[in-house]
Amino acid sequence: MIAISFDAVSKIFQTPRGPLQALDGVSLAVQEGEFFGLLGPNGAGKTTLISILAGLTQASSGRTQVLGCDVQTQSAQARRLLGVVPQELVFDPFFNVREALRFQSGYFGIRKNDAWIDELLHHLGLSDKANSNMRQLSGGMKRRVLVAQALVHKPPVIVLDEPTAGVDVELRQTLWQFIARLNRDGHTVLLTTHYLEEAEALCGRLAMLKQGRVVALERTSELLKAASSNVLRFKLDAQLPPELAQRARVTGRIVQFPAHNAAEIEHYLAAVRQAGLVAEDVEIRKADLEDVFLQVMGEGAQAPCDAAAEVAP
Amino acid sequence: MTGWQALFYKEILRFWKVGFQTVAAPVMTAMLYLLIFGHVLEDRVKVYDQITYTAFLLPGLVMMSVLQNAFANSSSSLIQSKMMGNLVFLMLTPLNHWSWFLAYVGSSVVRGLAVGLGVFVVTGWFTPLSFVAPQWIVLFAIMGATMLGSMGVIAGLWAEKFDQMAAFQNFIIMPMTFLSGVFYSIHSLPPFWQTLSHLNPFFYMIDGFRYGFFGASDVSPWLSLAVVGSCTVLISATALHLLRIGFKIRG
Repeated sequence: MIAISFDAVSKIFQTPRGPLQALDGVSLAVQEGEFFGLLGPNGAGKTTLISILAGLTQASSGRTQVLGCDVQTQSAQARRLLGVVPQELVFDPFFNVREALRFQSGYFGIRKNDAWIDELLHHLGLSDKANSNMRQLSGGMKRRVLVAQALVHKPPVIVLDEPTAGVDVELRQTLWQFIARLNRDGHTVLLTTHYLEEAEALCGRLAMLKQGRVVALERTSELLKAASSNVLRFKLDAQLPPELAQRARVTGRIVQFPAHNAAEIEHYLAAVRQAGLVAEDVEIRKADLEDVFLQVMGEGAQAPCDAAAEVAP
Repeated sequence: MTGWQALFYKEILRFWKVGFQTVAAPVMTAMLYLLIFGHVLEDRVKVYDQITYTAFLLPGLVMMSVLQNAFANSSSSLIQSKMMGNLVFLMLTPLNHWSWFLAYVGSSVVRGLAVGLGVFVVTGWFTPLSFVAPQWIVLFAIMGATMLGSMGVIAGLWAEKFDQMAAFQNFIIMPMTFLSGVFYSIHSLPPFWQTLSHLNPFFYMIDGFRYGFFGASDVSPWLSLAVVGSCTVLISATALHLLRIGFKIRG
Protein backbone atom coordinates (compact mmCIF):
# COMPACT_ATOMS: atom_id res chain seq x y z
CA MET A 1 0.00 0.00 0.00
CA ILE A 2 1.07 3.58 -0.62
CA ALA A 3 1.77 5.37 2.67
CA ILE A 4 2.15 8.92 1.33
CA SER A 5 1.13 10.17 -2.09
CA PHE A 6 1.45 13.61 -3.60
CA ASP A 7 -0.39 13.98 -6.89
CA ALA A 8 0.43 17.12 -8.90
CA VAL A 9 0.61 19.24 -5.75
CA SER A 10 1.17 22.96 -6.30
CA LYS A 11 1.28 25.82 -3.85
CA ILE A 12 1.29 29.51 -4.64
CA PHE A 13 1.76 31.93 -1.73
CA GLN A 14 0.38 35.44 -2.06
CA THR A 15 3.12 37.78 -0.87
CA PRO A 16 3.32 41.59 -0.88
CA ARG A 17 5.81 41.26 -3.76
CA GLY A 18 3.40 39.15 -5.80
CA PRO A 19 2.58 35.46 -6.01
CA LEU A 20 5.34 33.03 -5.09
CA GLN A 21 5.25 29.51 -6.49
CA ALA A 22 6.61 27.34 -3.68
CA LEU A 23 5.59 24.00 -5.23
CA ASP A 24 5.02 23.28 -8.89
CA GLY A 25 3.21 20.02 -9.67
CA VAL A 26 5.00 17.73 -7.23
CA SER A 27 4.08 14.05 -7.66
CA LEU A 28 5.65 11.27 -5.67
CA ALA A 29 4.60 8.20 -3.73
CA VAL A 30 6.18 6.64 -0.65
CA GLN A 31 5.45 2.94 -0.10
CA GLU A 32 4.48 1.55 3.29
CA GLY A 33 7.57 0.65 5.31
CA GLU A 34 9.96 2.83 3.31
CA PHE A 35 12.60 5.15 4.76
CA PHE A 36 12.29 8.00 2.31
CA GLY A 37 14.44 11.13 2.10
CA LEU A 38 13.42 14.54 0.81
CA LEU A 39 16.40 16.71 -0.10
CA GLY A 40 16.81 20.16 -1.49
CA PRO A 41 18.38 23.53 -0.80
CA ASN A 42 16.68 26.14 1.41
CA GLY A 43 13.52 27.43 -0.23
CA ALA A 44 13.14 24.36 -2.47
CA GLY A 45 9.71 23.66 -0.96
CA LYS A 46 10.45 20.76 1.42
CA THR A 47 8.76 22.30 4.45
CA THR A 48 5.80 23.53 2.36
CA LEU A 49 5.30 19.99 1.06
CA ILE A 50 5.39 18.59 4.61
CA SER A 51 3.02 21.32 5.84
CA ILE A 52 0.53 20.31 3.17
CA LEU A 53 0.87 16.66 4.17
CA ALA A 54 0.30 17.59 7.84
CA GLY A 55 -2.71 19.80 7.06
CA LEU A 56 -0.95 22.96 8.30
CA THR A 57 -1.15 24.52 4.83
CA GLN A 58 -3.63 23.98 2.04
CA ALA A 59 -2.33 23.12 -1.42
CA SER A 60 -3.39 25.46 -4.24
CA SER A 61 -4.08 22.39 -6.38
CA GLY A 62 -3.39 18.65 -6.45
CA ARG A 63 -4.15 15.85 -4.04
CA THR A 64 -2.30 14.54 -0.99
CA GLN A 65 -3.11 11.27 0.78
CA VAL A 66 -1.87 9.39 3.83
CA LEU A 67 -2.58 5.64 3.63
CA GLY A 68 -5.47 6.43 1.28
CA CYS A 69 -6.95 9.25 3.40
CA ASP A 70 -7.17 12.65 1.74
CA VAL A 71 -5.52 15.28 3.96
CA GLN A 72 -8.22 17.84 3.11
CA THR A 73 -11.48 15.91 2.98
CA GLN A 74 -10.56 13.24 5.58
CA SER A 75 -8.29 15.41 7.70
CA ALA A 76 -9.08 13.80 11.06
CA GLN A 77 -8.28 10.27 9.85
CA ALA A 78 -5.17 11.47 8.00
CA ARG A 79 -3.83 13.24 11.10
CA ARG A 80 -4.32 10.13 13.24
CA LEU A 81 -2.09 8.22 10.80
CA LEU A 82 0.66 10.85 10.84
CA GLY A 83 3.28 11.77 13.42
CA VAL A 84 5.02 14.99 12.51
CA VAL A 85 8.18 16.38 14.09
CA PRO A 86 8.18 20.08 13.23
CA GLN A 87 11.34 21.85 12.17
CA GLU A 88 11.05 24.75 14.63
CA LEU A 89 12.07 24.06 18.22
CA VAL A 90 8.67 24.86 19.78
CA PHE A 91 7.34 24.02 23.24
CA ASP A 92 4.66 24.99 25.75
CA PRO A 93 6.39 26.79 28.64
CA PHE A 94 3.56 26.11 31.10
CA PHE A 95 4.12 22.37 31.42
CA ASN A 96 6.69 19.68 32.16
CA VAL A 97 7.66 16.88 29.77
CA ARG A 98 5.22 14.31 31.09
CA GLU A 99 2.31 16.78 31.13
CA ALA A 100 3.06 17.83 27.56
CA LEU A 101 3.03 14.18 26.42
CA ARG A 102 -0.16 13.38 28.38
CA PHE A 103 -1.99 16.35 26.85
CA GLN A 104 -0.78 15.43 23.37
CA SER A 105 -2.15 11.88 23.93
CA GLY A 106 -5.41 13.40 25.18
CA TYR A 107 -5.86 15.45 21.98
CA PHE A 108 -5.87 12.14 20.10
CA GLY A 109 -8.46 10.80 22.54
CA ILE A 110 -5.99 8.47 24.28
CA ARG A 111 -6.32 8.10 28.06
CA LYS A 112 -3.84 6.44 30.41
CA ASN A 113 -0.97 6.44 27.92
CA ASP A 114 1.76 6.38 30.56
CA ALA A 115 3.17 2.96 29.65
CA TRP A 116 3.89 4.11 26.09
CA ILE A 117 5.00 7.57 27.28
CA ASP A 118 7.54 5.90 29.63
CA GLU A 119 8.81 3.76 26.77
CA LEU A 120 9.22 6.82 24.56
CA LEU A 121 11.02 8.71 27.34
CA HIS A 122 13.33 5.73 27.87
CA HIS A 123 14.25 5.29 24.21
CA LEU A 124 14.86 9.00 23.74
CA GLY A 125 16.99 9.29 26.88
CA LEU A 126 14.46 11.54 28.60
CA SER A 127 13.48 9.39 31.59
CA ASP A 128 15.23 11.64 34.13
CA LYS A 129 13.69 14.76 32.57
CA ALA A 130 10.06 13.63 32.78
CA ASN A 131 9.21 16.11 35.53
CA SER A 132 11.36 18.99 34.26
CA ASN A 133 9.63 22.06 32.91
CA MET A 134 10.07 22.48 29.16
CA ARG A 135 11.84 25.82 29.72
CA GLN A 136 14.63 24.13 31.68
CA LEU A 137 15.59 21.75 28.87
CA SER A 138 18.50 22.27 26.48
CA GLY A 139 17.82 22.57 22.74
CA GLY A 140 18.72 18.94 22.14
CA MET A 141 16.40 17.77 24.91
CA LYS A 142 13.55 19.89 23.55
CA ARG A 143 14.11 18.27 20.17
CA ARG A 144 13.74 14.83 21.75
CA VAL A 145 10.46 15.89 23.36
CA LEU A 146 9.23 17.00 19.93
CA VAL A 147 9.95 13.51 18.62
CA ALA A 148 8.14 11.94 21.59
CA GLN A 149 5.14 14.26 21.07
CA ALA A 150 4.90 13.17 17.44
CA LEU A 151 4.80 9.51 18.49
CA VAL A 152 2.34 9.50 21.44
CA HIS A 153 -0.47 8.14 19.26
CA LYS A 154 1.71 5.44 17.63
CA PRO A 155 1.30 6.76 14.08
CA PRO A 156 2.14 4.34 11.23
CA VAL A 157 3.66 7.19 9.19
CA ILE A 158 6.36 9.39 10.73
CA VAL A 159 7.50 12.67 9.20
CA LEU A 160 10.66 14.38 10.41
CA ASP A 161 11.40 17.87 9.12
CA GLU A 162 15.14 18.42 9.61
CA PRO A 163 15.15 16.79 13.04
CA THR A 164 18.91 16.97 13.50
CA ALA A 165 19.51 20.60 12.51
CA GLY A 166 21.73 22.13 15.20
CA VAL A 167 21.73 18.98 17.32
CA ASP A 168 24.81 17.42 18.91
CA VAL A 169 26.38 14.22 17.58
CA GLU A 170 25.26 12.07 20.50
CA LEU A 171 21.60 12.96 20.07
CA ARG A 172 21.81 12.39 16.32
CA GLN A 173 23.02 8.85 16.98
CA THR A 174 20.34 8.14 19.65
CA LEU A 175 17.65 9.61 17.46
CA TRP A 176 18.60 7.69 14.34
CA GLN A 177 18.90 4.40 16.19
CA PHE A 178 15.38 4.92 17.52
CA ILE A 179 13.90 6.01 14.19
CA ALA A 180 15.64 3.16 12.37
CA ARG A 181 14.12 0.75 14.91
CA LEU A 182 10.65 2.17 14.34
CA ASN A 183 11.21 1.75 10.61
CA ARG A 184 12.25 -1.88 11.09
CA ASP A 185 9.04 -2.38 13.10
CA GLY A 186 7.07 -1.34 10.03
CA HIS A 187 6.67 2.44 10.37
CA THR A 188 7.04 4.48 7.22
CA VAL A 189 9.50 7.35 7.63
CA LEU A 190 9.71 10.53 5.58
CA LEU A 191 12.75 12.63 6.39
CA THR A 192 14.04 15.97 5.23
CA THR A 193 17.61 16.78 6.15
CA HIS A 194 20.52 19.01 5.32
CA TYR A 195 23.00 16.33 6.35
CA LEU A 196 23.49 14.38 3.16
CA GLU A 197 25.50 11.65 4.84
CA GLU A 198 22.46 10.97 7.03
CA ALA A 199 20.21 10.60 4.02
CA GLU A 200 22.81 8.37 2.36
CA ALA A 201 23.09 6.13 5.41
CA LEU A 202 19.38 5.87 6.26
CA CYS A 203 17.13 6.46 3.26
CA GLY A 204 16.36 3.68 0.82
CA ARG A 205 14.95 6.15 -1.67
CA LEU A 206 15.35 9.85 -2.24
CA ALA A 207 13.57 12.72 -3.90
CA MET A 208 15.38 15.95 -4.62
CA LEU A 209 13.42 19.18 -4.82
CA LYS A 210 14.59 22.30 -6.60
CA GLN A 211 12.52 25.45 -6.87
CA GLY A 212 9.34 23.54 -6.06
CA ARG A 213 9.89 20.74 -8.57
CA VAL A 214 11.05 17.14 -8.19
CA VAL A 215 14.37 16.98 -10.05
CA ALA A 216 15.41 13.48 -8.97
CA LEU A 217 13.45 10.52 -7.61
CA GLU A 218 15.48 7.35 -7.33
CA ARG A 219 16.79 4.62 -5.05
CA THR A 220 19.76 6.02 -3.12
CA SER A 221 22.02 3.32 -4.53
CA GLU A 222 20.92 4.12 -8.12
CA LEU A 223 21.50 7.81 -7.60
CA LEU A 224 25.02 7.12 -6.36
CA LYS A 225 25.67 4.78 -9.29
CA ALA A 226 24.41 7.29 -11.82
CA ALA A 227 26.81 9.95 -10.60
CA SER A 228 30.46 10.11 -11.58
CA SER A 229 31.99 7.24 -9.73
CA ASN A 230 35.10 9.03 -8.45
CA VAL A 231 36.21 12.42 -7.27
CA LEU A 232 39.73 13.80 -7.62
CA ARG A 233 40.48 16.09 -4.69
CA PHE A 234 43.52 18.24 -3.99
CA LYS A 235 44.58 21.52 -2.42
CA LEU A 236 45.90 24.49 -4.34
CA ASP A 237 47.39 27.79 -3.22
CA ALA A 238 46.73 29.67 -6.48
CA GLN A 239 43.68 30.31 -8.72
CA LEU A 240 42.69 27.62 -11.22
CA PRO A 241 42.67 28.68 -14.91
CA PRO A 242 39.04 29.56 -15.89
CA GLU A 243 38.56 26.61 -18.29
CA LEU A 244 39.42 24.20 -15.45
CA ALA A 245 37.55 26.12 -12.75
CA GLN A 246 34.30 25.72 -14.73
CA ARG A 247 34.43 21.97 -14.30
CA ALA A 248 35.62 21.88 -10.70
CA ARG A 249 34.02 22.44 -7.33
CA VAL A 250 36.20 24.90 -5.44
CA THR A 251 35.84 25.45 -1.69
CA GLY A 252 38.60 27.80 -0.53
CA ARG A 253 41.86 25.89 -1.20
CA ILE A 254 40.10 22.60 -1.87
CA VAL A 255 39.50 21.66 -5.49
CA GLN A 256 37.36 18.66 -6.51
CA PHE A 257 36.86 17.21 -10.01
CA PRO A 258 34.29 14.53 -10.85
CA ALA A 259 36.08 11.79 -12.78
CA HIS A 260 34.91 8.58 -14.44
CA ASN A 261 38.27 6.91 -15.06
CA ALA A 262 42.03 7.07 -14.67
CA ALA A 263 42.49 8.91 -17.98
CA GLU A 264 40.33 11.81 -16.79
CA ILE A 265 42.23 11.99 -13.52
CA GLU A 266 45.54 12.10 -15.38
CA HIS A 267 44.14 14.76 -17.70
CA TYR A 268 43.16 17.09 -14.84
CA LEU A 269 46.46 16.63 -13.01
CA ALA A 270 48.38 17.30 -16.23
CA ALA A 271 46.35 20.43 -16.90
CA VAL A 272 47.12 21.73 -13.42
CA ARG A 273 50.81 21.03 -13.88
CA GLN A 274 50.84 22.73 -17.32
CA ALA A 275 49.26 25.82 -15.74
CA GLY A 276 52.34 25.99 -13.53
CA LEU A 277 50.45 25.08 -10.37
CA VAL A 278 51.32 22.54 -7.66
CA ALA A 279 48.55 20.28 -6.38
CA GLU A 280 49.01 19.21 -2.75
CA ASP A 281 47.37 16.41 -0.72
CA VAL A 282 46.06 14.70 -3.83
CA GLU A 283 43.46 11.99 -3.20
CA ILE A 284 40.87 10.05 -5.15
CA ARG A 285 37.63 9.12 -3.39
CA LYS A 286 34.27 7.53 -4.17
CA ALA A 287 31.50 9.95 -5.12
CA ASP A 288 29.00 10.46 -2.29
CA LEU A 289 25.50 11.88 -2.06
CA GLU A 290 26.82 15.43 -1.76
CA ASP A 291 28.44 15.09 -5.21
CA VAL A 292 25.19 13.74 -6.65
CA PHE A 293 23.21 16.48 -4.97
CA LEU A 294 25.42 19.27 -6.32
CA GLN A 295 25.41 17.67 -9.76
CA VAL A 296 21.59 17.44 -9.84
CA MET A 297 21.11 20.93 -8.42
CA GLY A 298 23.65 22.38 -10.86
CA GLU A 299 21.94 20.93 -13.95
CA GLY A 300 19.80 23.16 -16.15
CA ALA A 301 19.54 26.87 -15.47
CA GLN A 302 22.09 28.31 -13.06
CA ALA A 303 19.41 30.03 -11.02
CA PRO A 304 20.27 30.76 -7.39
CA CYS A 305 19.25 27.80 -5.30
CA ASP A 306 18.29 29.70 -2.18
CA ALA A 307 15.27 31.48 -3.66
CA ALA A 308 12.05 29.92 -4.85
CA ALA A 309 10.92 30.80 -8.36
CA GLU A 310 8.79 33.89 -8.67
CA VAL A 311 6.00 33.71 -11.19
CA ALA A 312 4.52 36.62 -13.06
CA PRO A 313 1.42 38.06 -11.36
CA MET B 1 -11.35 11.46 27.85
CA THR B 2 -12.20 12.77 24.42
CA GLY B 3 -9.96 15.26 22.67
CA TRP B 4 -11.79 18.43 23.59
CA GLN B 5 -11.78 17.52 27.28
CA ALA B 6 -7.99 17.17 27.22
CA LEU B 7 -7.66 20.61 25.63
CA PHE B 8 -10.23 22.08 28.02
CA TYR B 9 -8.33 20.69 31.00
CA LYS B 10 -5.03 21.98 29.59
CA GLU B 11 -6.50 25.45 29.17
CA ILE B 12 -7.81 25.45 32.76
CA LEU B 13 -4.43 24.32 34.06
CA ARG B 14 -2.70 26.98 31.95
CA PHE B 15 -4.38 29.87 33.76
CA TRP B 16 -4.51 28.12 37.12
CA LYS B 17 -0.72 27.62 37.17
CA VAL B 18 -0.37 31.40 37.03
CA GLY B 19 -3.44 32.01 39.21
CA PHE B 20 -1.87 34.91 41.04
CA GLN B 21 -1.81 36.86 37.81
CA THR B 22 -4.98 35.49 36.19
CA VAL B 23 -7.37 35.29 39.16
CA ALA B 24 -6.00 37.09 42.23
CA ALA B 25 -4.81 40.24 40.40
CA PRO B 26 -8.17 41.07 38.74
CA VAL B 27 -9.95 40.50 42.07
CA MET B 28 -7.56 43.00 43.66
CA THR B 29 -8.19 45.54 40.87
CA ALA B 30 -11.97 45.28 41.30
CA MET B 31 -11.61 45.77 45.04
CA LEU B 32 -9.62 48.98 44.48
CA TYR B 33 -12.34 50.27 42.12
CA LEU B 34 -14.96 49.59 44.77
CA LEU B 35 -12.97 51.24 47.56
CA ILE B 36 -12.14 54.38 45.59
CA PHE B 37 -15.34 54.98 43.60
CA GLY B 38 -17.53 53.71 46.42
CA HIS B 39 -15.88 56.01 48.95
CA VAL B 40 -15.89 59.10 46.72
CA LEU B 41 -19.38 58.73 45.28
CA GLU B 42 -21.29 57.00 48.08
CA ASP B 43 -22.92 60.19 49.43
CA ARG B 44 -23.45 61.93 46.09
CA VAL B 45 -25.12 59.31 43.91
CA LYS B 46 -28.32 57.41 44.63
CA VAL B 47 -29.59 54.96 42.06
CA TYR B 48 -33.15 53.64 41.66
CA ASP B 49 -33.98 55.83 44.70
CA GLN B 50 -33.39 53.25 47.41
CA ILE B 51 -30.08 51.55 46.46
CA THR B 52 -26.74 52.89 47.75
CA TYR B 53 -24.03 53.61 45.21
CA THR B 54 -21.69 50.91 46.57
CA ALA B 55 -24.44 48.29 46.32
CA PHE B 56 -25.20 49.47 42.77
CA LEU B 57 -21.52 49.40 41.77
CA LEU B 58 -20.74 45.92 43.08
CA PRO B 59 -22.67 43.78 40.53
CA GLY B 60 -21.25 45.99 37.76
CA LEU B 61 -17.72 45.34 38.94
CA VAL B 62 -18.35 41.60 39.22
CA MET B 63 -19.71 41.46 35.66
CA MET B 64 -16.91 43.65 34.31
CA SER B 65 -14.36 41.26 35.84
CA VAL B 66 -16.18 38.24 34.37
CA LEU B 67 -16.17 39.80 30.89
CA GLN B 68 -12.60 41.10 30.87
CA ASN B 69 -11.15 37.84 32.17
CA ALA B 70 -13.16 35.64 29.85
CA PHE B 71 -11.80 37.70 26.95
CA ALA B 72 -8.25 37.72 28.32
CA ASN B 73 -8.20 33.94 28.73
CA SER B 74 -8.89 32.73 25.20
CA SER B 75 -7.20 35.67 23.48
CA SER B 76 -3.95 35.52 25.43
CA SER B 77 -3.76 31.73 25.22
CA LEU B 78 -4.14 31.77 21.43
CA ILE B 79 -1.77 34.66 20.75
CA GLN B 80 0.88 33.18 23.06
CA SER B 81 0.62 29.80 21.34
CA LYS B 82 0.89 31.51 17.98
CA MET B 83 3.91 33.58 18.98
CA MET B 84 5.65 30.64 20.70
CA GLY B 85 4.78 28.39 17.76
CA ASN B 86 3.33 25.66 19.97
CA LEU B 87 -0.11 25.99 18.38
CA VAL B 88 1.29 23.50 15.85
CA PHE B 89 0.83 20.71 18.44
CA LEU B 90 -2.93 21.29 18.29
CA MET B 91 -3.04 21.80 14.55
CA LEU B 92 -1.47 18.37 14.00
CA THR B 93 -4.25 16.63 15.94
CA PRO B 94 -7.67 15.47 14.69
CA LEU B 95 -9.43 17.99 17.01
CA ASN B 96 -12.16 19.73 15.00
CA HIS B 97 -13.45 23.30 15.28
CA TRP B 98 -16.11 22.33 17.85
CA SER B 99 -13.44 20.84 20.11
CA TRP B 100 -11.30 23.97 19.87
CA PHE B 101 -14.36 26.14 20.55
CA LEU B 102 -15.59 24.14 23.54
CA ALA B 103 -12.13 24.04 25.11
CA TYR B 104 -11.11 27.66 24.57
CA VAL B 105 -14.49 29.24 25.29
CA GLY B 106 -15.32 26.76 28.09
CA SER B 107 -12.06 27.50 29.94
CA SER B 108 -12.68 31.25 29.45
CA VAL B 109 -16.12 30.89 31.05
CA VAL B 110 -14.54 29.04 33.99
CA ARG B 111 -11.89 31.74 34.48
CA GLY B 112 -14.45 34.56 34.09
CA LEU B 113 -16.76 32.98 36.66
CA ALA B 114 -13.85 32.20 39.02
CA VAL B 115 -12.71 35.83 38.99
CA GLY B 116 -16.31 37.08 39.25
CA LEU B 117 -16.92 34.88 42.25
CA GLY B 118 -13.63 36.06 43.78
CA VAL B 119 -14.61 39.72 43.35
CA PHE B 120 -18.02 38.96 44.82
CA VAL B 121 -16.60 37.18 47.87
CA VAL B 122 -13.93 39.80 48.59
CA THR B 123 -16.14 42.86 48.09
CA GLY B 124 -19.43 41.41 49.29
CA TRP B 125 -18.80 42.24 52.94
CA PHE B 126 -18.49 45.98 52.16
CA THR B 127 -22.20 46.26 51.60
CA PRO B 128 -25.32 44.11 52.08
CA LEU B 129 -26.71 42.77 48.79
CA SER B 130 -30.08 41.32 47.87
CA PHE B 131 -30.60 38.44 45.44
CA VAL B 132 -34.06 39.06 44.06
CA ALA B 133 -33.76 36.76 41.02
CA PRO B 134 -30.57 34.62 41.14
CA GLN B 135 -31.43 32.77 37.91
CA TRP B 136 -30.85 36.03 35.97
CA ILE B 137 -27.49 36.48 37.72
CA VAL B 138 -26.26 33.03 36.64
CA LEU B 139 -27.73 33.30 33.15
CA PHE B 140 -26.18 36.67 32.32
CA ALA B 141 -22.82 35.73 33.85
CA ILE B 142 -22.58 32.58 31.71
CA MET B 143 -23.83 34.26 28.53
CA GLY B 144 -21.51 37.24 28.99
CA ALA B 145 -18.49 35.02 29.63
CA THR B 146 -19.36 32.88 26.57
CA MET B 147 -19.66 35.95 24.37
CA LEU B 148 -16.37 37.46 25.55
CA GLY B 149 -14.60 34.07 25.42
CA SER B 150 -15.72 33.81 21.78
CA MET B 151 -14.54 37.37 21.10
CA GLY B 152 -11.20 36.35 22.61
CA VAL B 153 -11.00 33.43 20.16
CA ILE B 154 -11.69 35.79 17.25
CA ALA B 155 -9.11 38.32 18.47
CA GLY B 156 -6.57 35.56 19.19
CA LEU B 157 -6.91 34.17 15.67
CA TRP B 158 -6.88 37.60 14.04
CA ALA B 159 -3.98 39.27 15.88
CA GLU B 160 -0.52 38.57 14.52
CA LYS B 161 1.39 40.30 17.31
CA PHE B 162 0.84 41.41 20.90
CA ASP B 163 0.52 44.98 19.68
CA GLN B 164 -2.63 44.21 17.68
CA MET B 165 -4.05 42.26 20.60
CA ALA B 166 -3.49 45.23 22.91
CA ALA B 167 -5.27 47.46 20.38
CA PHE B 168 -8.26 45.11 20.28
CA GLN B 169 -8.39 45.10 24.07
CA ASN B 170 -7.84 48.84 24.64
CA PHE B 171 -9.90 50.25 21.77
CA ILE B 172 -12.82 47.81 21.67
CA ILE B 173 -13.19 45.78 24.86
CA MET B 174 -12.23 48.46 27.41
CA PRO B 175 -14.44 51.31 26.05
CA MET B 176 -17.38 48.94 25.64
CA THR B 177 -17.10 47.74 29.25
CA PHE B 178 -16.50 51.20 30.76
CA LEU B 179 -19.32 52.79 28.74
CA SER B 180 -21.78 50.05 29.61
CA GLY B 181 -23.06 51.42 32.91
CA VAL B 182 -20.71 49.64 35.30
CA PHE B 183 -20.15 52.86 37.25
CA TYR B 184 -23.45 54.68 36.63
CA SER B 185 -27.08 54.21 35.69
CA ILE B 186 -27.57 55.38 32.12
CA HIS B 187 -30.63 57.32 33.27
CA SER B 188 -28.18 59.84 34.72
CA LEU B 189 -26.70 60.44 31.21
CA PRO B 190 -27.77 63.15 28.71
CA PRO B 191 -30.22 61.80 26.05
CA PHE B 192 -27.56 61.46 23.30
CA TRP B 193 -25.33 59.25 25.48
CA GLN B 194 -28.35 57.27 26.63
CA THR B 195 -29.19 56.45 23.02
CA LEU B 196 -25.57 55.52 22.31
CA SER B 197 -25.44 53.25 25.37
CA HIS B 198 -28.46 51.35 24.04
CA LEU B 199 -26.35 50.30 21.04
CA ASN B 200 -23.73 48.69 23.29
CA PRO B 201 -24.46 44.99 23.96
CA PHE B 202 -22.29 45.19 27.10
CA PHE B 203 -24.88 47.56 28.60
CA TYR B 204 -27.55 44.84 28.41
CA MET B 205 -25.23 42.27 30.00
CA ILE B 206 -24.56 44.50 33.02
CA ASP B 207 -28.15 45.72 33.23
CA GLY B 208 -29.63 42.21 33.08
CA PHE B 209 -27.05 40.93 35.57
CA ARG B 210 -27.88 43.77 37.96
CA TYR B 211 -31.61 43.04 37.67
CA GLY B 212 -30.91 39.65 39.29
CA PHE B 213 -29.69 41.45 42.42
CA PHE B 214 -32.17 44.33 42.79
CA GLY B 215 -35.18 43.39 40.70
CA ALA B 216 -34.76 46.84 39.15
CA SER B 217 -32.90 47.83 35.99
CA ASP B 218 -32.71 50.47 33.25
CA VAL B 219 -34.45 48.19 30.71
CA SER B 220 -36.50 44.99 30.99
CA PRO B 221 -34.35 41.89 31.63
CA TRP B 222 -36.21 40.16 28.81
CA LEU B 223 -34.97 42.78 26.35
CA SER B 224 -31.45 42.34 27.76
CA LEU B 225 -31.78 38.57 27.37
CA ALA B 226 -32.84 38.94 23.73
CA VAL B 227 -29.97 41.31 22.89
CA VAL B 228 -27.25 39.42 24.80
CA GLY B 229 -28.57 36.05 23.59
CA SER B 230 -28.50 37.03 19.92
CA CYS B 231 -25.07 38.70 20.22
CA THR B 232 -23.66 35.60 21.95
CA VAL B 233 -25.03 33.30 19.24
CA LEU B 234 -23.73 35.57 16.46
CA ILE B 235 -20.24 35.99 17.91
CA SER B 236 -19.95 32.28 18.84
CA ALA B 237 -20.97 31.32 15.31
CA THR B 238 -18.34 33.68 13.90
CA ALA B 239 -15.64 32.21 16.16
CA LEU B 240 -16.68 28.67 15.16
CA HIS B 241 -16.57 29.56 11.48
CA LEU B 242 -13.09 31.10 11.79
CA LEU B 243 -11.87 28.00 13.65
CA ARG B 244 -13.37 25.75 10.96
CA ILE B 245 -11.56 27.51 8.13
CA GLY B 246 -8.35 27.83 10.18
CA PHE B 247 -8.45 31.63 9.81
CA LYS B 248 -4.86 32.94 9.70
CA ILE B 249 -3.46 29.74 11.20
CA ARG B 250 -3.72 27.24 8.33
CA GLY B 251 -2.16 28.94 5.29
